[in-house]
Amino acid sequence: MSKLKPQKEYEKTRSFRFQRWLGGSRDPYVGQIEMQPQTPMEMPELTIQERLRDSQAVRDKVYDIENNKKLNLFRRIYVLAAIVYCAGLAVILLAMVASLPPTGEANRPVNNEVSARYIENGLQETGAVNIVTGMILDYRAFDTFGESNVLFAATTTVLILLHMKKKKNKEGKVEEIESDRLLEPKQDAILQASATVLVPIIILFGIYVILNGHLSPGGGFSGGAIIGAGLILYLSAFGFEKAKKLFTEKLYKGVSFTALTTYCLAKSYSFFTGANHLESHIPLGTPGAILSSGLILLLNICVGMVVACTMYTFYVMFRKGDF
Amino acid sequence: MTVFQCVLFGFLIVCAVSVSFSKNLLNSVLIYMSFSLIMSIVWVTLQSPDLAITEAAVGAGITSLLFFATLKKIRAIDTRGEQEEKEVFPGLNEKNIGEEVSRRE
Repeated sequence: MSKLKPQKEYEKTRSFRFQRWLGGSRDPYVGQIEMQPQTPMEMPELTIQERLRDSQAVRDKVYDIENNKKLNLFRRIYVLAAIVYCAGLAVILLAMVASLPPTGEANRPVNNEVSARYIENGLQETGAVNIVTGMILDYRAFDTFGESNVLFAATTTVLILLHMKKKKNKEGKVEEIESDRLLEPKQDAILQASATVLVPIIILFGIYVILNGHLSPGGGFSGGAIIGAGLILYLSAFGFEKAKKLFTEKLYKGVSFTALTTYCLAKSYSFFTGANHLESHIPLGTPGAILSSGLILLLNICVGMVVACTMYTFYVMFRKGDF
Repeated sequence: MTVFQCVLFGFLIVCAVSVSFSKNLLNSVLIYMSFSLIMSIVWVTLQSPDLAITEAAVGAGITSLLFFATLKKIRAIDTRGEQEEKEVFPGLNEKNIGEEVSRRE
């Protein structure tokens, strides 16, 4: 439409044609080019015997293994070369390990001022009794945040690749022929009885490992993996119908988003205050108490929740393709 | 290095070799699982319990479970034996199996 020119004059201008092409109201190729309808390519259907005969002929004439001397020679050399290569690689690696400096020596390149700082001042600066957790969630929290995001990205990829929408057939019922539900074991009594005993213990142990990450060995990642394993055991014992009551797609999205955002905000605060030489005002507490070591407990809980949800989602996607 | 550690390392090597030489995929996954379990004990003896817990949970638990699920998805675990029996003897179920067998004999 043009405000300056009347409609008939405007239709001759280039801008009108450009607008028409842009809007797609007229295909410029219609009527200009001869077009033929596509014919689907036809493949002659071979019977099984014909295909077997063909492959046998190919095997006999092309890859004549018994009479082809070159091929025989090549195969032998190939196997020999593979063995030599593997042995050589093993020898090189063993020689490499043997030439490393012995463990615990004072002048190893690992024993520099960084690890000395971690060991000497770790307890005062982070408040965590477990130095490993203090290291990965305080000094190197940025790396751990990256790892959590990598896990999240991996789950997203798995969701994109394996997520299947439920198909509905004519009667409105959800088709389950292709899904894995029919293949799962039907109400295995032994598995259910052992799962009833084991699942609460496993999940409680996972929560213990997460909450005591700054005091004892363990932490967010291992505790989350333990909780995920417990959830998977529950799922394989009691089936998808019962597991759906506890764990849905909505819960997964909510928990992952909340945990990652909390982690990001908490660490952003401490990075901001640390970079600007401000006081962070987060009490470190007495070392050894469960509410101590500043942000580490919160970060452990966040990482644990992300990992538990990720593990469970992986399994569900591999099994069925839908929550 | 103690004798216990040497035995564990020997087990590790045996597991690693037998994973690649096993024809059955299910056996391979089971051996891989035991590799992870031995590895977690090795981590404990090397004084890194954090790694041991993670190795036991992830390596022996979650990874093997995912492998099992994948094997089931690609039908590498053989579950055809039960179905073939039904195909060979159509109309056979648990109730009339006795008379069917006696009739065939």
